[in-house]
Amino acid sequence: MKEQATYRLAAVAGLVANVTFGLLKVAILFATVRAAGGELEGYDVASMSAYVWISQGLLGSVNLNGRSEVSERIRTGDVVIDFLRPLDVQTATVATEAGRSVFALLPRGAPSVVIGALVVGMAAPEHPASYLLGAVSLLLGIVVSCLSVYLVAAAGFWLVETRGLQILYMVTSGFLAGLFVPIWLFPTWLQVLAQATPFPSMLMYPVDVLSGRAEGLDAIVLVSAQVGWLAATLAAGQLMTRAGRRHLEVQGG
Amino acid sequence: MDLASSLLVGLVELAEVWVLFQNVPRLGGVEFTQILLVFGLADFCFSMADLLFGHCDNLTTFVRAGTLDVFYLRPQPLLLQLITSDISLRRLARGAVGLGALVVGLVLNPIEWDLGAVVLLGLAVVSGLTVFSAQFVTAAGLQFFLINGSEMTNAFVYGGRYAASQPASVWSRPLKVAFGFFFPMAFVAYLPVIELLGLPGPQWLPSWFGWCAPLAALWACALAALSWRQGVRHYQGGGG
Repeated sequence: MKEQATYRLAAVAGLVANVTFGLLKVAILFATVRAAGGELEGYDVASMSAYVWISQGLLGSVNLNGRSEVSERIRTGDVVIDFLRPLDVQTATVATEAGRSVFALLPRGAPSVVIGALVVGMAAPEHPASYLLGAVSLLLGIVVSCLSVYLVAAAGFWLVETRGLQILYMVTSGFLAGLFVPIWLFPTWLQVLAQATPFPSMLMYPVDVLSGRAEGLDAIVLVSAQVGWLAATLAAGQLMTRAGRRHLEVQGG
Repeated sequence: MDLASSLLVGLVELAEVWVLFQNVPRLGGVEFTQILLVFGLADFCFSMADLLFGHCDNLTTFVRAGTLDVFYLRPQPLLLQLITSDISLRRLARGAVGLGALVVGLVLNPIEWDLGAVVLLGLAVVSGLTVFSAQFVTAAGLQFFLINGSEMTNAFVYGGRYAASQPASVWSRPLKVAFGFFFPMAFVAYLPVIELLGLPGPQWLPSWFGWCAPLAALWACALAALSWRQGVRHYQGGGG
């Protein structure tokens, strides 16, 4: 009984934090759009609102802090047990994390969007295809974030202490994923830099598709980029896992 | 690596503001050189408060693990122990960006450097440090009740930092109540700065409020004292 109450409290707490940051983001970003004359890089107040609330809603499901359970297992060496199991370590880890993230959408994702829509109002996509493609984009974003965090953890095969790398991930991922400011507002050079990383695929692109900002061909381009990053991070993770396993074995693990 | 990351955190937070001003010349009635002062003041005070009181964030871990009682065995007050348990170089580095922005802002802006200006700035720094420190303590006190609810306190601790670096003129009425008065973030940086620069304040928050930063600090301390005392009482009452 008490556990249920604590779980519900944690959910409420997360929602309070979400809404607070959402309202603050709305305040500063609306002011920016208005100062630009009501339209900025294709955003108006309504679509900016959609950006804020959808990105806040996705926060609980997309890993932008770089922490993972597997990094602890790699640090202590417990991961050798996982290597004995029939299922590939990377696949098992990512599948578990991704599943957990998808379930987090219910208590955190949906309420943030609903509250935002009610309190502030926001734009919504017109075509039903946007919702379907949005769901795909969202799932891809979650998986890419899990795969990227896995890479941080896998560095632990050599670095042992990955805390510095994890903090670096946490600092840069949110910014380049367009968490506080849409990357479309970045100066060109910074935008190019962001797009050269997997981070926008985790948050910015799904938000664009779900909010209807990117439709039709634009949306397909974004989703394709996400698929590309999925393949890249998957391959990198596979290589690192195998190399890491060899490294452990050489060390006598 | 840790020091570089701390510096990067500050730079990224500054970049978030900078990016906005790449798109518009004026935001909330201020230009970039002016918001640099607001950001610098807010971020520097927050970093210093984090240095001293940020470790209180770990209170949750101690309570859940049941190891908090160890602190009671020592003769010093609980709060004092938590403060001094981790003053790190990393947190010091974090303040460098805020301090840099503050200094640059002071240099770039046309300020009449009379006694009033110096006093105002001094009051703002001390008050800012006090307000943010008080927020950490308020959050810690609430942890005795919430246990897993650190996200809720993050809303006003880290949300407060974010709010303090914004021009309060962009806020809606509910935000003005929450971060203008209840958690007096506007008094930490924005109001002292616009008073210093001779700019007008928004509705409900006139620029002369910038002189009232110490009052805001007192209020924040009152909240912190209440929260901490209630929290400790609750913990001890529970047979802890």
